[in-house]
Amino acid sequence: MAVLEVRNLSKSFGSLEVLKDISFKVEKGQVIAVIGPSGSGKSTLLRCINQLEKADGGSVCVCGMDMLQKNKSGKTVYADNKILREIRLKIGLVFQNFNLFPHMTVLKNVTEAPIRVLKMPKDKAESLALELLGKMGLEDKANSYPYELSGGQQQRVSIARALALNPEVLFFDEPTSALDPELTGQVLKVIKELADNNMTMVIVTHEMAFARDVANYVVFMDGGVIIEEGSPEQVFGNTSNERTKQFLSRYNQG
Amino acid sequence: MTGEEIGKVVEILLEYLVPTLKVFGYTLLFSVPLGMVVALLRMCRIKPVSWLTSLYILIMRGTPLMLQVIVVYYAVPYLKNSQAVPGLLRNFLSQIDIRADSFMLSAILVAFTLNYAAYFAEIFRGGIESIPKGQYEAAFSLSMTKTQTFFRIILPQVIKRVVPASANEVITLIKDTSLANVVSYAEITLKARQQMQLYSSLMPLFIAGLFYFAMSLVLTVIFSFIEKKLDYYK
Ligand SMILES: Nc1ncnc2c1ncn2[C@@H]1O[C@H](COP(=O)(O)OP(=O)(O)OP(=O)(O)O)[C@@H](O)[C@H]1O
Ligand SMILES: [Mg+2]
Repeated sequence: MAVLEVRNLSKSFGSLEVLKDISFKVEKGQVIAVIGPSGSGKSTLLRCINQLEKADGGSVCVCGMDMLQKNKSGKTVYADNKILREIRLKIGLVFQNFNLFPHMTVLKNVTEAPIRVLKMPKDKAESLALELLGKMGLEDKANSYPYELSGGQQQRVSIARALALNPEVLFFDEPTSALDPELTGQVLKVIKELADNNMTMVIVTHEMAFARDVANYVVFMDGGVIIEEGSPEQVFGNTSNERTKQFLSRYNQG
Repeated sequence: MTGEEIGKVVEILLEYLVPTLKVFGYTLLFSVPLGMVVALLRMCRIKPVSWLTSLYILIMRGTPLMLQVIVVYYAVPYLKNSQAVPGLLRNFLSQIDIRADSFMLSAILVAFTLNYAAYFAEIFRGGIESIPKGQYEAAFSLSMTKTQTFFRIILPQVIKRVVPASANEVITLIKDTSLANVVSYAEITLKARQQMQLYSSLMPLFIAGLFYFAMSLVLTVIFSFIEKKLDYYK
């Protein structure tokens, strides 16, 4: 069973069609890089899957649970709130600008959801959080507040926070584009380690070298449609698609 | 005035500090939570609810508090004799003695609470609306419920943001309690006026002023302490 299956997803903002008939699948252990020019709908796609934006049509199925589908009369309907919540628990999301809770320590940021949502005992949640922070190289920052950390450290905390709910799949929306270039390395390294440990991930990124190195599947989007998808070797090295070539050539020059 | 007389005035005013603090304390106690509710109603997605709440806020902030106190206080004797009021309510109202201290206090508290709740509501609304959307989205994607999101994530940040503006309101409130004397509620200002006439001296008024000044000072100190306490994050 696929972790995520999206079929014919569409979404418009007013008269602007941002997603047109998007279909793709995420299998367990896959690391998918989503690339494409600015405004191509990458964020919107992630936000629709994470229920932060309402899709207009199509179907989304997460771990066998239908989040969005056509009903008998052909209307696209969402599942009931209980299932939607269940689905959110299976999906983690890492934001471009972290969205840490500023009034909580790093440790509390990570333990809050396990304690409140999963009803995990406090000591268990804390040892889990410390373990995750350790993996992120932040064990000594547990008692700091977000404002005391660099952007790269904050982003790693937000990754730990998402992982604390033990999601089936983790989504990243340009996790390094709010960071100074010298800080992106630490974050990318952490994501690479997660990939090596078979974490299922979907990563929207402008870091082509990273996508090529970490992803085992690449999706190229432009104008709200998936133009091309396949292995990194195929998309980056061997594409015959003119638009993909054009897009990649801009990165290769820079 | 002799020193002894001044001492007597201070003693009387100290005694009437209690009713002043009652108006202050109860108004705060009721208007802060009510202000929170009003702020949420004001932001309600059901349009008529938000409009009605805006109208209430507009009226409360657009008319003098003194007038509001007078209206609430004299509403009772008028409604008591009005044929338009249902008999049951009229019976209830006719049992009220409007010269009783407890009724005066109640009327003042109703007017003060409704008025201050409107001011607090606008402060709280500003605070709530200043919290970035990303905070809600992060909580949502962590599967937190709406209630958890509000009380655990949003409210603590709102509190920090509204403390400076609320401090202003609270300090204004301690001085506004003097408006209670328009319905002859015996508090510091009313007593100071009586003493002024008794001794034909402005001194009692200055002493009353000193009382208010001291209370404002204490509040200022308390709030700067709270602000410092909340300064553990940015
Ligand atoms: N809330 C919104 N209301 C209206 N239009 C929106 C909204 N969000 C996104 N759009 C529009 O949808 C289109 C796709 O935006 P989206 O953010 O998904 O692109 P993106 O591929 O993530 O771009 P980038 O690489 O710059 O992040 C853009 O034209 C954008 O202006
Ligand atoms: Mg984007």
